[in-house]
Amino acid sequence: MALHNTEYKGLLGWIDARMPTLMSEYKKHMSEYYAPKNFNFWYFFGSFALVVLVIQIVTGIFLVMHYKPDARFAFESVEYIMRDVPGGWFIRYMHSTGASFFFIVVYLHMFRGLLYGSYRKPRELVWIFGCLIFLCLMGEAFFGYLLPWGQMSYWGAQVIVNLFSAIPLIGPDLAVWIRGDYVVSDATLNRFFSFHVIAIPLVLLGLVVAHILALHDVGSNNPDGIEIKDRKGPDGKPLDGIPFHPYYTVHDIFGLSIFLIAFFAIVFFAPEMGGYFLEWNNFIPADPLVTPPHIAPVWYFTPFYSILRATTSDFMWALVAGIVGYAALLYFALPSRLARYATLAVTLVLVVLMLPKSPLALDPKFWGVVLMGVSVLIFFALPWIDQSPVKSMRYRPAWHLWLLMAFAVVFLVLGYLGTQPPEPTLTLIAQAGTLLYFAFFFLMPWWSRVGEFKPVPERVTFAAH
Amino acid sequence: MSTPTAAAEPADGERRTAVIATCALGGAGAVAALVPFVSSFAPSERAKAAGAPVEVDLSAIAPGEMKTVEWRGKPVWILRRTPEMIEEVKKTAADRLADPNSERTAYPTPPYAKNPLRSIKPEYFIAVGICTHLGCSPVGPKAPNTDPALGPDAGFLCPCHGSTFDLAGRVFKNKPAPDNLEVPPHKYLSDAVVLIGDDSKA
Repeated sequence: MALHNTEYKGLLGWIDARMPTLMSEYKKHMSEYYAPKNFNFWYFFGSFALVVLVIQIVTGIFLVMHYKPDARFAFESVEYIMRDVPGGWFIRYMHSTGASFFFIVVYLHMFRGLLYGSYRKPRELVWIFGCLIFLCLMGEAFFGYLLPWGQMSYWGAQVIVNLFSAIPLIGPDLAVWIRGDYVVSDATLNRFFSFHVIAIPLVLLGLVVAHILALHDVGSNNPDGIEIKDRKGPDGKPLDGIPFHPYYTVHDIFGLSIFLIAFFAIVFFAPEMGGYFLEWNNFIPADPLVTPPHIAPVWYFTPFYSILRATTSDFMWALVAGIVGYAALLYFALPSRLARYATLAVTLVLVVLMLPKSPLALDPKFWGVVLMGVSVLIFFALPWIDQSPVKSMRYRPAWHLWLLMAFAVVFLVLGYLGTQPPEPTLTLIAQAGTLLYFAFFFLMPWWSRVGEFKPVPERVTFAAH
Repeated sequence: MSTPTAAAEPADGERRTAVIATCALGGAGAVAALVPFVSSFAPSERAKAAGAPVEVDLSAIAPGEMKTVEWRGKPVWILRRTPEMIEEVKKTAADRLADPNSERTAYPTPPYAKNPLRSIKPEYFIAVGICTHLGCSPVGPKAPNTDPALGPDAGFLCPCHGSTFDLAGRVFKNKPAPDNLEVPPHKYLSDAVVLIGDDSKA
């Protein structure tokens, strides 16, 4: 077998002759991956997410060396890491701060997608892999939160696992099966540990690779939302593209240095972040007999948690009204007769199962779980429900941007309400927020087409500095 | 032996059938291999055995006081109701409760507790202190007009999502919890001793 004909000398030449993959992949993904030259602030967050992932994996490996996944010792072993293990507090605070930062970075990364239409054709798969990463991240955060075995760990897991018991017929047995016991117990802790340290990280890493490979096949979007591959120079390289390495590696290292200043400022000076990153009640060991007076999930889950809590039996009327109205809209918008009849049938079934007076009505508790699930999964649909003729908000009507901002505000308000104890006025606000949240997505096929769109430039907007 | 045939004709049909049959069998085997993994998630024999009944001495509970014991890892309340507390339960209008007569079947109320006070003896209310919404443990008993969520009623309040229950564990209407608090199987061994987790007649 002949050796590969190599252009390199020395050790690299020796390797390249035997394994040309190494350099060809390096070129494909680094030195000859052409990224648009007009990336702005919003394009930092993908790299940041990768760095936070590395921080979480490295600190996680070291935490596992001292942590004990046993209901009798778990809380104590975390305190042991904090007090007795040299540097243990530092490693643990990096891990706990990293968890919150992961969500900050990922939410901003997703917001960028909405801002510049990064999920639009041909990047649908990039977006879907990204959404799957988001789901894995939520799983990682949820399973990991049980491990310190504090009061919030325990009762948070109890509430979330009990969500599954809301599923008709199989629910209660399913919840027992997930816990491996009749209540959250040692068995639950052990399996959550397994999910947190091995099962989900493996899936997560695979998805991150798929996300990046899919991105590099189609090329990155940019703030102008135009395809740089449509304008190539005589050398076949995009005119508006620059090699990822060294240009964006250096660019991202600069951004990263600022990001890490913020990150370590919190690790050193405010690791609990006023009870938002580490909740006060979690400094009390888990007690299966007493629920803390106020329990709430960690901040990154609270927007979805608010939607869950907002679904009371009174709210079902508003939901049914919304569904009937939406069905009417769909009925007149859909072209095929079959699709129209399907809409009617689905609406009828939903109304029968949702209307509080109906004999077949399922509990609002179940619908709360459904709504929470839909509020997360709806992100998968974005590439198809966004029907705007241009990708980037820069060339869409100004009110589209205001609508997106309003959605972001609703998301934050729901997030805030989710941290607060239940109270009638706040519940009403959360219910209004829930309706607005879903209206933003479900009406997107219509509103995203309306308004005056600006002409999209042929080349990216870029001023050299 | 088959001879070479024209390209349009299908490949050896017998081999194709064999491939399909092999794949089907292999697929069935792969599904069967899931069984031990799926079943390993179910409660272990040890977890099932831990559900042994618990004996509680009632003489140590003062009127109006509540004792919590652990049964199957869950908190079980024994509330010794005063005559005023019993009056509070009786005066609660049925149309303000989601299930005043405990007819729902998600957490079936044992027949001996299917009465407005949901107990064998009016004085002792025994229930699993786990909210039927999402499993938090409600706080209480609270006297009338001491808690904004309960207002003029006496009862229990779940801190997680605001469900309220009267002093017989009956859930008030339009709250997240759909069911009344679960009454565990129990029986009196004597006037002063109750056995929680077993209601079989000797």
